[in-house]
Amino acid sequence: MKKLPNNIPTKDELQKMFRMMVTIRETENTLLASNKAGNTPGQVHLSNGQEAICVGISSHLTDEDQITSNHRGHGHFLAKGGNLKAMFSEIYGMADGVCGGMGGSMHVADLSKGIVGANGIVGGGISIATGVAFAKKLDGSNHIVVTYFGDGASNQGVLMECLNITALWKLPLLFVCENNGYSEFSPTKTVTKGDISMRAKPFGIPIWQINGNEIIEVWQTGQEAIEHIRSGGGPAFIEAKTWRQSGHFSRENLVLQKPYRTEEEEKEGLADDPIIHLTPKIDGAELIMKEVKDEVERASKAALMGTPPASNAAKKLMFSDTYKGYY
Amino acid sequence: MVQMRFIQAINKALFEEMARDDKVILIGEDVEASIFGDTRGLIERFGPNRVRNTPISEATLTGMTVGAAASGYRIVLHMMFSNFIYTGFDAIANQMAKLPLMTGGQISLPITVIASYGGGRSTAAQHSDTPYPVLMNLGGLNIAVPSTPADACGLLKSAIRSNDPTFFLEPGGRGGEMGEVPDEDITVPFGVASLPIKGKDVTLVTMGSCTKIVLETAQQLISKDVNPEVIDLRTLVPLDKKTILSSVKKTGKIVIIDEARDTCSAASHISAIVVDEGFQYLKAPIRRVTVPDTPMPYAPNSEKYLIPSVERIYKAVMTLNKSY
Ligand SMILES: Cc1ncc(C[n+]2csc(CCOP(=O)(O)OP(=O)(O)O)c2C)c(N)n1
Repeated sequence: MKKLPNNIPTKDELQKMFRMMVTIRETENTLLASNKAGNTPGQVHLSNGQEAICVGISSHLTDEDQITSNHRGHGHFLAKGGNLKAMFSEIYGMADGVCGGMGGSMHVADLSKGIVGANGIVGGGISIATGVAFAKKLDGSNHIVVTYFGDGASNQGVLMECLNITALWKLPLLFVCENNGYSEFSPTKTVTKGDISMRAKPFGIPIWQINGNEIIEVWQTGQEAIEHIRSGGGPAFIEAKTWRQSGHFSRENLVLQKPYRTEEEEKEGLADDPIIHLTPKIDGAELIMKEVKDEVERASKAALMGTPPASNAAKKLMFSDTYKGYY
Repeated sequence: MVQMRFIQAINKALFEEMARDDKVILIGEDVEASIFGDTRGLIERFGPNRVRNTPISEATLTGMTVGAAASGYRIVLHMMFSNFIYTGFDAIANQMAKLPLMTGGQISLPITVIASYGGGRSTAAQHSDTPYPVLMNLGGLNIAVPSTPADACGLLKSAIRSNDPTFFLEPGGRGGEMGEVPDEDITVPFGVASLPIKGKDVTLVTMGSCTKIVLETAQQLISKDVNPEVIDLRTLVPLDKKTILSSVKKTGKIVIIDEARDTCSAASHISAIVVDEGFQYLKAPIRRVTVPDTPMPYAPNSEKYLIPSVERIYKAVMTLNKSY
């Protein structure tokens, strides 16, 4: 296990990260409200409480660096520079959504920003990221790839396979496990043995275990891990401990028979909030929050004004090469 | 008879089979909390030795199921959404479907895999597949596709009691639909279709998620003096060829409605059988109402466009013969 580094973000950087964390939070809250109002055709998996992780990591990435994400991917998308309105449009099922309304909440992707995509298959992003990292290596570039996955996903065997290949071939991949304490409705410890990050140990991959609710800690570790990868050292592994403030998905209380967390846990979890922790360090935090609120509200409203894709849109997107000129 | 929801009928079958035979074990991701409600309450009644939440490890779950079934247990594996069958597909295709043969009959596999399938709820392409064609093609798996609570209960009981591996695929999002279910311990045999509507003009073959709209279409046809015969297959493997062929013998026309993608769908397989064995009865081309060969889009209108609908079925029937 690596010791925590002690480099420090500048005031400006910190403020930028604060703004992004608040943007993600506000977006998730708006999506929940939209979901309740019947404006999201599908369910949404919200990342409230986990914002510091992707924001801290992404502040060291460029558009040429790429990420893969999971079903809880709105924050990953925004932190990596994905367009807010285009994401809203996607989740509202509109033609001008970032994936043309074909993917929805669990599948937001923007290749121009290095966002290879969220994923509905738990663990699905990890091997894709390994392939992207393989391509980066073949390119001879020093761009890197980040794969975000949950504690639950770490029980997919594919994680072990990707740890092996990336270590063996020294691929530029940062594994980021967002350990939010739950795998759907199961507490992590009831389905997962041992320290997740230790799974990378036998492969000689450098490991950091951090408090994912402290943005500075994430930022510091992210910088060191990414430097290690950029300088050709091969993969690195960060396990960021956090807590999923929202349910597994938006309206789970409608299908579940009883609560699976105690009120006490909820209270403690909500208090250990990365935004609350950061706020005292930010000058003009209130103003930023207000600006963000307006911006998010505008984006959501604009997205709702969109039009749905053509009914036959799907067919035109498939076999685009095979049936060139056919439709 | 009692009125109950689809999901309650599945739950009833699980309760009764687990009570009947203590070798029946249920495993799966979050089967305790039960996102669909079908496995609800089983942990309280049967305890953690017989009802287990598993890690998210489908590749292992399907393989484990084979091992435990080969060792004397009746395993029910709940895979949640049917797309996750793919994540566990190796042990299904290479082991579960093959070991009874490859061991020269030494192994039997009393396995029931439960999963919810189909689209229509904007769950997007990775949560909405209708995967029975790939399973049918493996040649070693039973496949049950109930469309009513009573059939769900009876078919699941048959699946659990069978010594052969069976996929029990529930139509997604239909858990709340009501129907009559017998109080008594009644099983529905595999390979026997039901005939919810008898008629002489055209045969409508349906399965699982499509049955509801086929019955709706049938009512519209009847109001136009076209009398369809509706065959609800209930199981795809084994397939009730006899009922299909004897109906076509009577009607001379057949439309097959299937939520799978068209290529190598259940519908196309049935079409082939009807041409092979019932060619002489046909008075019109066979029609298939299926999903075009594309993944499911998220946007509701684009998704709806692909899934068989009353309008598409009605149109397919009407194009068969101008003399209706
Ligand atoms: C292959 C596969 N299996 C199961 C699921 C259903 N599922 C969706 S999210 C989830 C839990 C994921 O937990 P974790 O990886 O810890 O991410 P978190 O939801 O906590 O962010 C499960 C089981 C799925 N989408 N894909």
